[in-house]
Amino acid sequence: MSLVADNLTLRRGGRPVVAGLSAALNPGEITAIVGPNGAGKSSLLLGLAGLLAPTSGSVTWDGHDLASLHPRARAQAIGYLPQAPDVAWDVATETLVALGRLPWRDRGTAAIESAVTALDLAALRHRPVSQLSGGERARVLLARVLAGEPRWILADEPLAALDLGQQLSLAAHLKACAAAGQGVVVVLHDLALAMNHADRVLVLKDGVLIAAGPPVAALAPPVIAQGWGVQARWLGEAGARALVTGG
Amino acid sequence: MNRASLIFAVLLALLVPVSLLAGRVWIAPTDFGPGNTLLILAELRLPRAVLAVVIGAGLGAAGAAMQGYLRNPLADPGLFGIAPMAALGAVASFWLGPAIPPAWAGWSLPLMALAGAGLGMACLALIAGRTSSDAAGGAGGGMALFTLAGLMLASLAGALTALAITLAPNPFALSEIVLWLNGALTDRSWREVAIAAPLTLAGIAVLMLAARSLDALTLGEEAARSMGLEPRRLLALLVVGVGLTVGAGVAVAGIIGFVGLIVPHLVRPLTNRLPSSLIVPSALAGACLVLAADSIVRVLPLVTELRLGIALSLIGAPFFGWLLLQMRRGRL
Repeated sequence: MSLVADNLTLRRGGRPVVAGLSAALNPGEITAIVGPNGAGKSSLLLGLAGLLAPTSGSVTWDGHDLASLHPRARAQAIGYLPQAPDVAWDVATETLVALGRLPWRDRGTAAIESAVTALDLAALRHRPVSQLSGGERARVLLARVLAGEPRWILADEPLAALDLGQQLSLAAHLKACAAAGQGVVVVLHDLALAMNHADRVLVLKDGVLIAAGPPVAALAPPVIAQGWGVQARWLGEAGARALVTGG
Repeated sequence: MNRASLIFAVLLALLVPVSLLAGRVWIAPTDFGPGNTLLILAELRLPRAVLAVVIGAGLGAAGAAMQGYLRNPLADPGLFGIAPMAALGAVASFWLGPAIPPAWAGWSLPLMALAGAGLGMACLALIAGRTSSDAAGGAGGGMALFTLAGLMLASLAGALTALAITLAPNPFALSEIVLWLNGALTDRSWREVAIAAPLTLAGIAVLMLAARSLDALTLGEEAARSMGLEPRRLLALLVVGVGLTVGAGVAVAGIIGFVGLIVPHLVRPLTNRLPSSLIVPSALAGACLVLAADSIVRVLPLVTELRLGIALSLIGAPFFGWLLLQMRRGRL
């Protein structure tokens, strides 16, 4: 059930944003997409989610071309979490989570309950989303994706704007999803989070993949110098590394 | 049936008999003997009440759907420009009056209004068909373009209607046009009910088909598409649903504004706030509002009956101002 991009080229607003990218992503892993601003990370995520049609190349899931998959079938397979989405109506937490069942057109009580439990939302289920903290809101939005029981979870900067404890908590939830066999792809800005929590990292610059592989290799100092133009090195041991800049 | 539907269904069941009894001449609940009373009820008040229910239901449901589609509590079915287009069609019928065969004279106004609404829907569908929202990465281009296209249609239809008024063939036609544009249910019969009811019911049914897609838009367009939303299908359902409900209403009663804006706000606190939970109760609440307003304008002690469209605008405009204040205070 791999998600495979083959020579993928994407354009937005008439401008090329991803060029000739090939990568095979595996379920059961957390894949982080990193790169400087404007590198095409969010566009690549949209392409992998089947929400941005390729101008050339393809994205396939389980051998099916996403572009030819019915929107509902695609939605059942791939859950997408946009960056800090604006919630139009001040619905209760539980109602928002239940939106995750829309691709299935069922009540999905068990799946909703499971998502609520997994993200510790039982106490918040009747609270309007306007009254949630940033961390609670991020958990609710992830729970909405989990309620759809997708095979893949694609999240655009899910850890942005969260404090340290909230980041670690949400990263642990994403790890649990991967451990349960779901594929997880996240766009991250924080390279230390990618280094410490991802199983695989794709590094983009100007829409081109400049490195891919395990974090230690893909985020090696020469790649950071090439991608961000910054001299940096890693300190600490596996799972708890910190990036320091300068010689 | 959710709680809001139940509440407004009960309210409607109470309002209908009151509306039948209310008027310049009040009918006592015990006064149902043979003679004029039954005639007044069967041929004047009942069709008028049914028409108020039908038009209110259509406008209420269309308002709920439009607010869901545009993710904006200040949206109104009028934003699609269909009502002004229908009004333009109706105004054209005043112009074409002499050329219309006498056998068709009674039908020309509603049919021309429906033709105007249909033309508006076709223009919107043409624009929707030309948006490449999928390739652009979302329905955003489509949604914004659609709203602007609706405003363009409304402006154009408004200008042409004003031109038709300015160049009215005779003072009688001028007075007819202006009065008609203000919207009213005076002197409507079962014929208008037969025109508006099937179209409105079909329109509400189409809007109900769009309900779950409107829910998906709660989290924005990209999230909605990731949940299987098909933007063009939704747009098509909205154009047809709003076109039928609003077009049918304008065809038989003229322009009645603000119902679609007000009603979802009355309903929303009684529901889980998702658009899908609003459409049916908004239809019922819209029916209540128009029926109540029409009953009130009938009993007001004025020399001539206050036009329903004017009465609802007098209620609606301050309500809109109150909504804006609520929005400024972050309570909307």
